[in-house]
Amino acid sequence: MIERKLLLGDEAIALGAIHAGISGVYAYPGTPSTEITEFIQNHPLAVERGVHSRWCTNEKTAMEAALGMSYAGKRALVCMKHVGMNVAADAFVNSAITGVNGGLVVLAADDPSMHSSQNEQDSRFYGKFAMIPVFEPSSQQEAYDMMAYAFRLSEARKLPVLMRIVTRLAHSRAAVQVGEAVEENPLNPDHERTHWVLLPGNARRQYAHLIEEQQTLREESKLSPYNRLEGWEDGKRYELGVIACGIGYNYVKEAGEAANGLPILKVSQYPLPHEEIHQLIKCCDRILVVEDGQPFVEEQMHGIRAIGRLTHTLPRMGELTPEAVAKALGQEVECSYPVSSVVVPRPPALCQGCGHRDVYDALNRVAAEYPDARIFGDIGCYTLGALPPFRAIDSCVDMGASITMAKGAADAGVFPAIAVIGDSTFTHSGMTGLLDAVNSRARITVVISDNLTTAMTGGQDSAGTNKFEAICLGLGVEPEHVRVVVPLPKNMEEITRIIREEIEYDGVSVIIPRRECIQTLNRKLRQKKAGKA
Amino acid sequence: MRKDIILSGVGGQGILTIATIIGEAAIAAGLELKQAEVHGMSQRGGDVQSNLRLSDEAIYSDLIPRGEADLIISMEPMEALRYQHYLKKEGWVVTAETPFRNIPNYPAEADLEAGFQSLANVVKLDIDGMAKENNLPRCANVILLGMAAPYIGIVSPEQLRESIARIFAAKGEKVVTMNQQAFDIGYNAVKKG
Repeated sequence: MIERKLLLGDEAIALGAIHAGISGVYAYPGTPSTEITEFIQNHPLAVERGVHSRWCTNEKTAMEAALGMSYAGKRALVCMKHVGMNVAADAFVNSAITGVNGGLVVLAADDPSMHSSQNEQDSRFYGKFAMIPVFEPSSQQEAYDMMAYAFRLSEARKLPVLMRIVTRLAHSRAAVQVGEAVEENPLNPDHERTHWVLLPGNARRQYAHLIEEQQTLREESKLSPYNRLEGWEDGKRYELGVIACGIGYNYVKEAGEAANGLPILKVSQYPLPHEEIHQLIKCCDRILVVEDGQPFVEEQMHGIRAIGRLTHTLPRMGELTPEAVAKALGQEVECSYPVSSVVVPRPPALCQGCGHRDVYDALNRVAAEYPDARIFGDIGCYTLGALPPFRAIDSCVDMGASITMAKGAADAGVFPAIAVIGDSTFTHSGMTGLLDAVNSRARITVVISDNLTTAMTGGQDSAGTNKFEAICLGLGVEPEHVRVVVPLPKNMEEITRIIREEIEYDGVSVIIPRRECIQTLNRKLRQKKAGKA
Repeated sequence: MRKDIILSGVGGQGILTIATIIGEAAIAAGLELKQAEVHGMSQRGGDVQSNLRLSDEAIYSDLIPRGEADLIISMEPMEALRYQHYLKKEGWVVTAETPFRNIPNYPAEADLEAGFQSLANVVKLDIDGMAKENNLPRCANVILLGMAAPYIGIVSPEQLRESIARIFAAKGEKVVTMNQQAFDIGYNAVKKG
């Protein structure tokens, strides 16, 4: 039975994966990928089948657990935002060397224009680096259809497959025709140890095999229903041809007349289909490469007739827009109204009543007494402490870096060196750094601002809830220097006193301000009220 | 026929609910639809917007090209002007008139007014006042949708009303009635004006 459903790109992927018979989704929340796992967690069929969908501590544990499920013969999906690929990279790259047993699809959601990220790295580079097939859907429908296709390809080639999407697909809704679910794979663990034990002798054999497979993967790209050369006539000469990758294809088609009559190579599966590209090179004077993200394909053209982001025909950074692509195709965009001169930015802010506010209030009060104090921040809602009115943090780089950067700065002589990290970020990547600090008795004060949830992405469960004191003690922080406070204005005197005491302690101390996220608290209260009504 | 609509406001004002109602009505009517939303950090008191494209033909881009929007529906006056360069010359702006001031440098009212004067077609109403007056405190966004209904065109006011019934069905009959009432208040206010 075919049904037409209104789905976010993320939801189309999730439903595609459920219908492809996955037995588990492994993920750490991250915009714009979060809704994939949430959809699976709440889908009746996934619940009925007992599809594993509990959040993982970080992207590396997610990737490895999914590889384990694949080893056991079942299909698994891993989801993360693009920077999560950096965390998962060790497992990801080596999963191409082991190969897979059950189908394994890795979903990376890139964020060109950095709507909620610290960079706009393009995950297609990771796919090429690991030498595995990469899918890049151009629409919600393709995203749904490709999931089953990708799992079949993964099992046929015995390789993990990367699917790369961007914010505009992840967070855009469209009508999608959906089919029915296939059965899950039976339990069938791999018995071929030489594939999985990556001692150098085995690894060399496996890597040689991966290199051999590349030709087959290029043929797969040539035969793929998602790659096609449109509007091309043999023997005809063209001034301009187009390579349109992923959702770049939509902007080319949107341009309408400007793109009419041009040969367009639509690319949604990599490695690049070489033959079609050579056909374009032969018949076109110039080839416009339209790709959302970094100039991944354009670089592979080695400058041969290619124009795009590197030639500034398209903007060098930021997500593609319909008007930027229309302009690159030679069509001037006419606007009736200018950009308003009245409008001012309205940046996001910490919610009223949020515990992080009280934490920054206290830190700012104490820091005022120590002119040399440096506060190293981390990734989460509390990064907004960098903005007015708090202007409280001096750095925010990557998950967990607050603790380790504070340690390095303290090693160099910075005093006081203070780290501010959220509960979920601490278990994601802060624990190992804390162990480093304990082992070298670094003079740092770590503030784990615990709101009992992964708040920034919408309130997912946090891996360490109720375990933080035990974790810190287990890592070797001295019991008298693990301090818990309740971040409320009425406790300000106590909190600032404790911060002062711990700054003065010559060693590692941890302060845990703990109060539930105001958003999750209000949601629970609303649900309770609705339950009574 | 095609309608390109920009929905705008401040995080928490309920623009995604407006988008969901229009989107559901469009799907029920068998139309093609693309709706790009903003999730994540911008929800926390920052500006939010959604690009909603409806058509009886295939739609390619998830984003509305500059200068091509038919309609801006905004829960906040400054947020309406933020997207004015996306509007067609003869396009419409339907907006709440009460500013949401959560930033220190919010523009002066006279400057906002001058901004609206420069646009061809603007409808402004005190939806928060109307919501309060009619004891529908949480339905200001649906009042706004009612106001915008005559300008949407590709789905009729009646189809939107039916969509409200389906969307809120799970929350009970009372919630459906309240939202349909809010829709009618907005719709009638524009018709009379």
